Amino acid sequence: MIRDITLGQYYPGESPIHRLDARTKIIATILYIIELFVVNNFWGFLIAAAALFAVIAVSRVPVKFIFRGLTAVFIIIAFTFIINLFMVDGRVLWHWRFLTITYEGVSRAFFMAVRLVLLIIGSSMMTLTTKPIELTDGLEKLFKPFSLIGLPSHEIALMMTIALRFIPTLMEETDKIIKAQEARGADFESGNLFQRAKSLIPILIPLFISSFRIAQDLALAMEARCYHGGSGRTRMNEIHFAKGDAVAAVLMVLFLAVIIASRYIPVLYK
Amino acid sequence: MQFIEVKDLTVEFTRIAEDGTEVKGKRAIDGISFSVEKGSFVSVIGMNGSGKSTLAKCLNGLLLPSSGDVIVDGMNTKDESKLWDIRSRVGMVFQNPDNQIVSSIVEDDVAFGPENLGVPPAEIRKRVDSALKQVGMYEHRLKGAHMLSGGQKQRIAIAGAVAMRPECIVFDEPTAMLDPRGRASVMDIIRELNSEGITTILITHFMSEAAQADRIIVMNAGHVLSDSTPRELFADMDMINRAGLELPPVVELREKLGLPDSIMTVDDMIAELRKLCR
Repeated sequence: MIRDITLGQYYPGESPIHRLDARTKIIATILYIIELFVVNNFWGFLIAAAALFAVIAVSRVPVKFIFRGLTAVFIIIAFTFIINLFMVDGRVLWHWRFLTITYEGVSRAFFMAVRLVLLIIGSSMMTLTTKPIELTDGLEKLFKPFSLIGLPSHEIALMMTIALRFIPTLMEETDKIIKAQEARGADFESGNLFQRAKSLIPILIPLFISSFRIAQDLALAMEARCYHGGSGRTRMNEIHFAKGDAVAAVLMVLFLAVIIASRYIPVLYK
Repeated sequence: MQFIEVKDLTVEFTRIAEDGTEVKGKRAIDGISFSVEKGSFVSVIGMNGSGKSTLAKCLNGLLLPSSGDVIVDGMNTKDESKLWDIRSRVGMVFQNPDNQIVSSIVEDDVAFGPENLGVPPAEIRKRVDSALKQVGMYEHRLKGAHMLSGGQKQRIAIAGAVAMRPECIVFDEPTAMLDPRGRASVMDIIRELNSEGITTILITHFMSEAAQADRIIVMNAGHVLSDSTPRELFADMDMINRAGLELPPVVELREKLGLPDSIMTVDDMIAELRKLCR
């Protein structure tokens, strides 16, 4: 199940989107998320979705692969949809005992669900097309100006690199611990929610201890390879803005203008 | 020329007692001296707790001596200003292949060392490519580290050390967690690197691996029990028993067959047996 989550995964490729500077993609993603909240009608979402599909088409990441990531967050989307469906006051469409669905509720529920789906796909496009190391490098460079006020940009980036690196290792470790506990007769499947949560303790404690051991080993290995902080460090792949990034910047500005304009398109459903 | 000199090295671990005072723990290493010649292949063997891993960590200043000195290429590991110089000359590969890889992508991990040394980007790229080719992992350079087998991960760790262009590499039980095939591939690479002139120190508890060195140092309870060539060591059954070691299978067979003690490897044995059969 955990392996199905494509959120935060990288899909190797050579497309123009893959080649963009990580900083461009980070800024574009943040801008896109903001724009999704600027949108106030379905025209805006139509434009936003079209733009997103254009990006997906150019990136050549298989659509199936992207949507597999959505299944993991399906519950959140469904939950948002249902809450909005029943909780909005307005003209009654359907009524049964204490449940009421209004026209406004239906419209709001679809509105929120679409926003959420676009939000998730939009942000996963960034991680799908950017190598984790480039992403952290990009963040390090973007945060660099803040180091003047004491923000440790290099350390934050390194922490993210290591966290990403050790997700699979710790997942394997968890798997091993679960199997070891099950072999000794531990039961993780039955009981109510509290009993199940309690049965996680014998997994979490060994995992915690082993992650400390990993941290110690890794720190030694890093020191042995002359790691001494961010000063005086060079990078193999220096990231720099190229022509593609200028094109992307122009497109981003255009897109922002279109999205703002879309707020004034008359709506049909009222 | 001596590349590493260990003089009267003692390492004592202290632990903090419950009342906050420091208590002297046991001596992991108790006054040992030896030196390693440039370009040679030395293996250190001993039982668990004999102090061999502690010794490895002293050789590049990861641990500092409680008393005595470790001199690397004329630099004392106690001299803090020389620490990075020493570590760039003495690379290290550890036991657990998972816990020494820093980056998710293979080539980024190999680049970690040279990046720390401040090598220019174009030069890093060259070093990373040649290091990956040396360990036979070049075609895997864009893969995720978690997709590799244990032996492959260990080869990446070796490439990471090689990319720093060290003069010496200390291997701390590099094959302990690998399957037989992974072990064989890692040993092949170690031998090849040594033949290219890299001073090699191999810490191991596999006799058959130690036998491939020019010289074997046997450690027991923080002391050096013996320091000799593999041939001399394997002839000394008394020492083998005292150190709790086992002869490599080939040597044991040779002893039982009463063949000359020039036979050290499987190939030697095959040649000798062929000669006898004729």
